[in-house]
Amino acid sequence: MTRMPGPSIPPSDITPREVYRERRRFMQASAGLLGALALPASAARLSATRNAAFSTDEALTPYRDVTGYNNFYEFGTDKDDPAARAGSLVTRPWTVAVEGLVKRPRVWDVDELLRFPLEERIYRLRCVEGWSMVIPWIGFPLASLVRQAEPLGSAKYVEFISLHDPRQMPDQRVPLLDWPYREGLRLDEAMHPLTLLAVGLYGEVLPNQNGAPIRLVVPWKYGFKSAKSIVRIRFVERQPVTTWMRAAPREYGFYSNVNPAVDHPRWSQARERRIGEFRKRPTLPFNGYAEQVASLYAGMDLKTFF
Amino acid sequence: MGQTMASSPRSVAKGAPRGGTAKGLVFVAATVPLLRLAVLGLGDGLGANPLEFVTRSTGTWTLVFLLLTLAVTPVRRLTGWSGIQRYRRMLGLFAFFYGSLHLLTYLWWDQFFDWAAIFHDVAKRPFITAGLTAYGLMVPLALTSTQGMMRRLGRRWQLLHRLVYGVAVAGVVHYIWLVKKDLTQPLIYGTVLALLLGARVVHALRARGVRGE
Repeated sequence: MTRMPGPSIPPSDITPREVYRERRRFMQASAGLLGALALPASAARLSATRNAAFSTDEALTPYRDVTGYNNFYEFGTDKDDPAARAGSLVTRPWTVAVEGLVKRPRVWDVDELLRFPLEERIYRLRCVEGWSMVIPWIGFPLASLVRQAEPLGSAKYVEFISLHDPRQMPDQRVPLLDWPYREGLRLDEAMHPLTLLAVGLYGEVLPNQNGAPIRLVVPWKYGFKSAKSIVRIRFVERQPVTTWMRAAPREYGFYSNVNPAVDHPRWSQARERRIGEFRKRPTLPFNGYAEQVASLYAGMDLKTFF
Repeated sequence: MGQTMASSPRSVAKGAPRGGTAKGLVFVAATVPLLRLAVLGLGDGLGANPLEFVTRSTGTWTLVFLLLTLAVTPVRRLTGWSGIQRYRRMLGLFAFFYGSLHLLTYLWWDQFFDWAAIFHDVAKRPFITAGLTAYGLMVPLALTSTQGMMRRLGRRWQLLHRLVYGVAVAGVVHYIWLVKKDLTQPLIYGTVLALLLGARVVHALRARGVRGE
């Protein structure tokens, strides 16, 4: 598998890599030291208002499972690898470049993004592997950020690119997937009020293994669509090729909407195991969000656009 | 590779009466994976997705015991230690035992005996088809594993039990086809299996060469 360099150069690369990485590590170490002196060991709290209209009242998946059972291949392919190994991820300083076909491109510091009004939303999350969780996220609608950027008329899709740094993400040394991780949405999906940029969960700052410091949450699509540790959001005209589409085009489509009627070629998607429950439950179309999102796909054959 | 030509299945009986304790130890060791699951299950230690944990564990141990069973003959030929032969049946039966637990986990815990869904799964998903094939081929081997059946079937017993190669290949294919992306683990099992089967090919070719001279 060949690695393709990203077509544009992130500003951070203008400083020689080693220099800025070392500086970053030094700053992180100093900050960590100061933080250790000033703060209790627990993760920082985040305050947010519950958005009841966008929340399910289903039982929450325990914090332990939400933060201990993860798919984040940058840290290993076992479910407990991310929790064990994501400590090497440095989440400050962190910038998110919003670029491409927009009137106002901008490199945001993640702390600036935290000034968007934060909401708590309890969403179902359905993994393509057949398990699901209920997670209280904290974040803000992606649409708020998109509006700031003012996409041009030619922008049809949004591409999300995760961090690429094998020194922080050790399994990027393994060419299992084509790093960095890339995901994408159609512009109207990105603008949908359910689509969230999450910065926290369970009332605290997002743990590294859950995609700190900022990640996407698209609750009606399979979990892998919700890219973690995002560094770039790019507006483009053509449908981007996502990491999983490139890895197995027959198995992972661009849309990847949760759909019990369209099986994964190697396993059924009709039912799911809610983590913590003994019996499987039926999977709902669009993961139970059909009322809100089905109209986005009116007239499309969801077997073709899987 | 030092090899001995004398290797009829009857040599099992020779030198056998001793070794009951050793056999007992191997038996106990072979039940450890099951005991571990029981202990973890009682102590809430099976993680966020216990079904996945139990399925993976029983599947893994089925493959391990299959490969151990297949290692017996090459090890005997390589080392000349014929005593190892007496563990082969037990190892094979443990492969069948863990395979049965693996299948039961799927039928009961994963599918809750929803036969329509199961038939659909078997027909439609190659990895399940492969897994069930492997299990199906193991059943006659387990049924004919007794001393009496061995005697009754004679030469045909050996022919029948060559099915074990098919079981192991189907088992590894089952594993390869089910993983999402990371093939490391299944390929490790595949490599070991290839070595064990390769040793048999080498042996057969040499035996033919010796005869041809």
